[in-house]
Formats: sequence, structure tokens, C-alpha cells
Amino acid sequence: MCLAIPGKVVSISGDDPLTRMGRIDFSGVVKQASLAYVPEVNIGDYVIVHVGFALSKVDEDEAQKVFQYLKQIGELDELKEPAP
Amino acid sequence: MSSPNFSATCPLPISQYPHVLMAHGGGGRLMHRLLEDVFGKAFSNPLLDTRHDSAQFNVPLGRLAMTTDSYVVRPIFFPGGDIGSMAVHGTVNDLAMSGARPLYLSSAFIIEEGLPMETLWRVVCSMRDAAKKCGVQIITGDTKVVDKGKGDGLFINTTGLGVLAHSLNIAPQNVQPGDAVIVSGDLGRHGMAIMAVREGLEFESQIESDSAAVHEPVLELIKAGVEIHCLRDLTRGGLASALNEIAEAAGVKIAIEQNAVPVRADVSAACEILGLDVLHVANEGRFVAFVPAQEVESALAILRRHEVSENAVVIGRLVEKAAPLVTVKSTLGVSRILDMPSGEQLPRIC
Amino acid sequence: MKFLDEYRDAELAQKFAQEIHRITTKPWKIMEVCGGQTHAIVKYGIDELLPKQIELIHGPGCPVCVTPLEVIDQALEIAARPGVIFTSFGDMLRVPGSTTDLLSVKAQGGDVRIIYSPLDAVKIAEQNPAKEVVFFGVGFETTAPATAMAIYQAAQKGLKNFSMLISHVLVPPAIEALMSSPNCQVQAFLAAGHVCAVMGYEEYFPLAKKYRVPIVVTGFEPLDVLHGILLTVQQLESGRAEVENQYVRAVSRAGNQSAQDLVKKVFQVVPRKWRGIGEIPQSGLGLNEAYSAFDAAKKFKLTDRCVDEPAECVAGLILQGLKKPHECPVFGTRCTPEHPFGATMVSSEGACAAYYRYRRQGAKEMVVAS
Repeated sequence: MCLAIPGKVVSISGDDPLTRMGRIDFSGVVKQASLAYVPEVNIGDYVIVHVGFALSKVDEDEAQKVFQYLKQIGELDELKEPAP
Repeated sequence: MSSPNFSATCPLPISQYPHVLMAHGGGGRLMHRLLEDVFGKAFSNPLLDTRHDSAQFNVPLGRLAMTTDSYVVRPIFFPGGDIGSMAVHGTVNDLAMSGARPLYLSSAFIIEEGLPMETLWRVVCSMRDAAKKCGVQIITGDTKVVDKGKGDGLFINTTGLGVLAHSLNIAPQNVQPGDAVIVSGDLGRHGMAIMAVREGLEFESQIESDSAAVHEPVLELIKAGVEIHCLRDLTRGGLASALNEIAEAAGVKIAIEQNAVPVRADVSAACEILGLDVLHVANEGRFVAFVPAQEVESALAILRRHEVSENAVVIGRLVEKAAPLVTVKSTLGVSRILDMPSGEQLPRIC
Repeated sequence: MKFLDEYRDAELAQKFAQEIHRITTKPWKIMEVCGGQTHAIVKYGIDELLPKQIELIHGPGCPVCVTPLEVIDQALEIAARPGVIFTSFGDMLRVPGSTTDLLSVKAQGGDVRIIYSPLDAVKIAEQNPAKEVVFFGVGFETTAPATAMAIYQAAQKGLKNFSMLISHVLVPPAIEALMSSPNCQVQAFLAAGHVCAVMGYEEYFPLAKKYRVPIVVTGFEPLDVLHGILLTVQQLESGRAEVENQYVRAVSRAGNQSAQDLVKKVFQVVPRKWRGIGEIPQSGLGLNEAYSAFDAAKKFKLTDRCVDEPAECVAGLILQGLKKPHECPVFGTRCTPEHPFGATMVSSEGACAAYYRYRRQGAKEMVVAS
């Protein structure tokens, strides 16, 4: 329902927390987004942007979780069925 | 692509007429000066210079191709092009899609009163340069001025005439099962370049329109004897519309692979942000070619020698004569229907 | 794009699919609440990778679909007025009210503008003091912080020519409404990742407990969706009914506190009618008293009205998972994206539109390119 895309904060302007804006880089396309709801975010962080607002900071460690999970499955498989 | 030369200043005394007035289309002295000093000067060639009501010329023996198109792009100037060069490229490309060598263009301008004369001059210069580069002459034209608020700055119509020096039947009805579907380059640049400068959606990017003429690689394919079954340029509605039109006209099933479709990373990102499918996004310098499988190698070799089609690649094939259908295999390997877009591409949030 | 492309890997998707096949022993009906997930499922063909026993039911999570006819009609009425600049997300322009749509109003001279962010509407209001600027505030919890900020900033700036026609909706009450229906067949939910990025997922614990359903907060890319389904099936097969978070890279348990705070400041929870479903108590957001000056419905003195939906449309049943789009008699014939009858065909995210665009033939007899 809600199209929200991850992008990298490349610059931040404004001091007032409510009007703080960031320029967000999406693979070479840069768009302005409000950083009002992600006060903890710094330049270089990835944020998820929806209708011009950063809604959350991407947790880069947690982002690996899906792949780690697969790795676990893979290891389990190998235990069960040794490679032919 | 060389950028058009805008440095030449407008020959009309701008201090006197910085904007186009109704009188510039009124048939009197002002209109005469506009035709002479702007259009006549920029497009000058022996046929136009006769200043007759119609241009007269001899044609080589054989078949002729004729096409017409109107250009209403907004904004008039966009990254990588403008309405003038687009009006030349688009019509040249329509001729090229039948394998014709483009010879002559007409150009009709509908100008909204108040358009800056400098803007008109820049557009006219851009048309002149594009025509020169394409090797076509603009040999007749028309100018109308409409009341302020009754037009959107500037509309251009061009009609093109070309000559067919081959005996191929390049048409949707000629596609055959087993044909490879070649796309001449990466998709979506024109649509996204326009989106980037559209009010309310602006974003910064290096994306430039792909607006360009594609007749040279096409003519070389023909010269080399490549057995082309069908050509179609990709404009509004994108690849999805072009393939569906062919599938419908020919009664065939076409299957393409998402992974094979070339798209630049930034274009792809812009599509993600706006919620658009790149297969629906407009192009202005891309085409698809249907050729038999055994001709693919030579066709690609020729296309890749030209800058405008250097990234040409096979994206799918014609499966069979069947109820019209286009399918696309997703990156996960599952096929789905690729439909035409419903209408104008609207950015979405959900 | 980083954090997108890696979640679309075909080989890894196959691994997830194999694992789901391995552990599935019984038929299960899982609802993906969110239209964005429906879109991904149909676009990538994720359901084709799943065991036949697993049926995905496409939920009501599309604000464009569920915005009631009455509100669309109000939007059309405002947009047609002289002196009004009507701003909207692109999604809403093609959505038909009972007689016409915003694109047609624009064609007849209405000043209708597509914007990307609600803040753009505030900017337009500042630049056009002589015009009334109205924003069509639709969306779920994900979008509410953005519209709340637009209202808040407009109030701070003292803008008198800005207002919003609001039709915000909330996910948990809709899940509750679905689960309490006697016909309900849904056995588990994929909760909407971006809604939870704002709201967190604590409000789902009581639902999981009360209705004994697994609820897995899930992202939007193919690997996310497959991972979410795997976690859900694991719960179903082992008889658990817990709240889990697949989308950990973007969602925390408590969500985004500052966003929630501003939403609470500007909005209050209200009953809301959902297109295709009917009124659901406490399922929407409306402006609270302090900001009621920005309520377009009040400002333009629009009257409440009631409009009937086309009788043939089975959107309500589809949204509850009781029917599939191709089981509808008018699907793809008289009801198409160009001429939609109801909620689920109006938005490209709607279940019917997604089916129409990607697989006219219907789910399992889908054309497979050789």
C-alpha cells in the first residue's frame, strides 16, 4: 500500500528538527525529503522514504538477517543431504 | 550528441518584438518578417527558398513512405532535448520504421501569443541542426498564432516523406514464430528526463532524454540484407504498448524477459520512486526489431556500430501465432502478462 | 539499488520457496494485508513458487481502493470549483466517483495537480494566497505522518487558504473486522511493513492472541515476502500464533515515536467507511478540534451523503478473501482498469487490477511462457 524506497542521505540542511531536510540519493537520482521523523539520522545513513518523508533508518546489520537465515537453511540442508 | 547552437542570436529585432504577437500570424508584414527572418533563415534550402505555396520536387522511382506527427511536450526544453529536435527525430524515426530513407519534412507551428521570440528561435535552431544531422530538408511549413491561454506555448507538427529502396515488407503482419525481438538500447530515459523537470515531482539526476534519430542503423541493416520482419519505435506507452500493438495486429504471442531489458540504474531508481513500470515509460530514440533467429548476430553487430543503438540486445522472441498476448518473465523466472498502460503514466504512492 | 536489488535475487528466492515446500504439510490461507505486497506477489509471480496448499488472499491494504465513493465525490465537487487548486497523489486521479473522476474534472477546467509530497501542497498554498489549496489526504498509517506535518506546518505558518479532504485509514481495526466476520477464512496475516515502520507492531499482539492467528510484519521485495510467508507457515505448522517481525531492517517494535506523536497531535481516531467493506469503527483518522479549520469538508460545507456501489461488484468479498477476482462475472469484461466497477479494480494495487494486468486468465491457468 505504501511505496517507500531506501536511499542514502547525502546532505542535511536546517537546524529546526521539524523542518530539517535531507537530500537523498537513490542510485543517482536525488530527491529532497523531510528528516523531521528521523532525528538520529546522519549523512551516509540509509533511510526509507515515503511521500517525501524519511520514516525510518535502515538498520544495516539487520538487513543481512534475511541472507543469514538462508545460510542457516543451507547449512541445515547440507547436514541432512550431503552433497552428491 | 552535439548540442544545438543557441549562441546565434535571433535575427528578428527582439528589442522591438520580444514576444510573439497575434499579428505574427495575421498574414501581414509582421508575419512576413517572422517567416523570412526566423523560419526562412534557419531552414534555408533551394526548395523552401522558392517561397511557393507548395514545394515541388522529383522523387526517385519506387515506393514512398509518408508519416505525420504532432509534438506537444512540456516543458519545451528538457534534459537531453527540446520540442524542436524531437519533432525532427520523431518523424524521421516513423519513416525509418518502414525502412524508408527520410528526405523531406514539413513543419507547422502553432504558437501561443506571448511566447518569447528567443524561445522560438532556440527551437527553430534546434530543428535546423537536427534536420541537418539527419540529412533531411524542411521544405514547407505553416505558422499560426493562437490567443494567450489557448495553447501551451508551442506545438509543432511535422510531416515526413521518405523513399523505400528495398523490397522487404516491414510490417507487424510479417512477423514469424521464432523471430527474435531486439530492442535498440536502454529504456525509459525520455520519460524520466521529463518527469525530473515536471512541476511537483522534480528530482536531481543525470538522466537525459534518449531523443535521437535511428534511421542510420536501420538503413544499414537493410543495406546489409538483414531480413527485417518488423520495426516499431517506442514512444508513449513504452515497450509494453509497442509489443502489444504488434501482437494484436499480427495475432501472435510474444514473450520477453525482464532481466534482458536494458535499463540504467538511475532510470530504474526514478521508476521505483514514482512507482512506474519502466516497460510503460516513454522513449524517443529507441525501437524494437523482429528478425529471424539466424539474422540476430549480424543485426546486432550492425546496430552496435551506431551510437544510437550501441546497446542493442535480444529481449525475447515471438512464440507462436495465437491469440494476441505479450508475456514477461519476471526476475524470479515466472511469466506474467505484460499489458498496455491504462492511460497517462501517473506517479503513485501506494 | 542498495537494499532493493539484493532482495530480488532469483536463486535465493528459490531457496526460500524450497524451504516453504519442505515444511508445508497442510493447506493454509494467508492474507497479505498490503496492496504493495499484492503487487509484488503478482508482478514477480511469487505465488507461483509456493506449494499448491498455500493460498494467498489479497487484503484491503490499498488506500486508493478503500476510499469510499462518497469521499471521492466530495473531492470531485471541491476540485471542480473555481478558485480552487486541488492537489493529490497521482493514485487518486483515475479513481472514479459515482459519476466522474479527477482527470475528467481537470479536463473540464478544474485546477487539479499531482504532487509527490503533502508538503508540496503547503508550498503551493503559500505561493497562491488568492486561491484555496486543498490536498486529498488519503493513506494508511504510513502516510499519516506526512499529512499531519503538512497540517502542522500550515498552522504554524498561519495559512488560511490551505485545507485537506481526509480519508486516512488504520490497519488493525480492519484486521479485527475481517477476523470477527463469521465467514472469515484467513488463518494468518502478513502485516504491512511500512505501516509498522511508523506504528511498530505492539498493537498486533492482542489480535494474534484473541484470534489465534500468526501475524508476521513483512517487507515488500520478493525475498521479504517469501521470508514472511516462510515464518508464517512455520508458525501455522507448529500451531503457534505469534507476532513476528521479518522486516527488521526498517521496523522496530515501538515504531517511529516522533511520527506517532505528531499524528496524535493533529488527528483523532474516528469511524470510517471502507469502500467494498462498509463502516468499521475506530478505523480512520480525522482532524482533531484544534486543527478543524483545515478540514476541507467543513470549509466547503460539504454535506454527508450516501452512495450505493454497483450491485454486481464483489469487491467486498474479494477484500475478505471469500472470492478471487476471476470468479467475478464482470471481471475483465465489463469491469476493467479503464472502467472499474469497484474498489479492487480502481487502483493498480487492487487485487482485481493486479490480476487483470498480470494474468487475465485467472490464477492457476495463468499463461506460462515456454
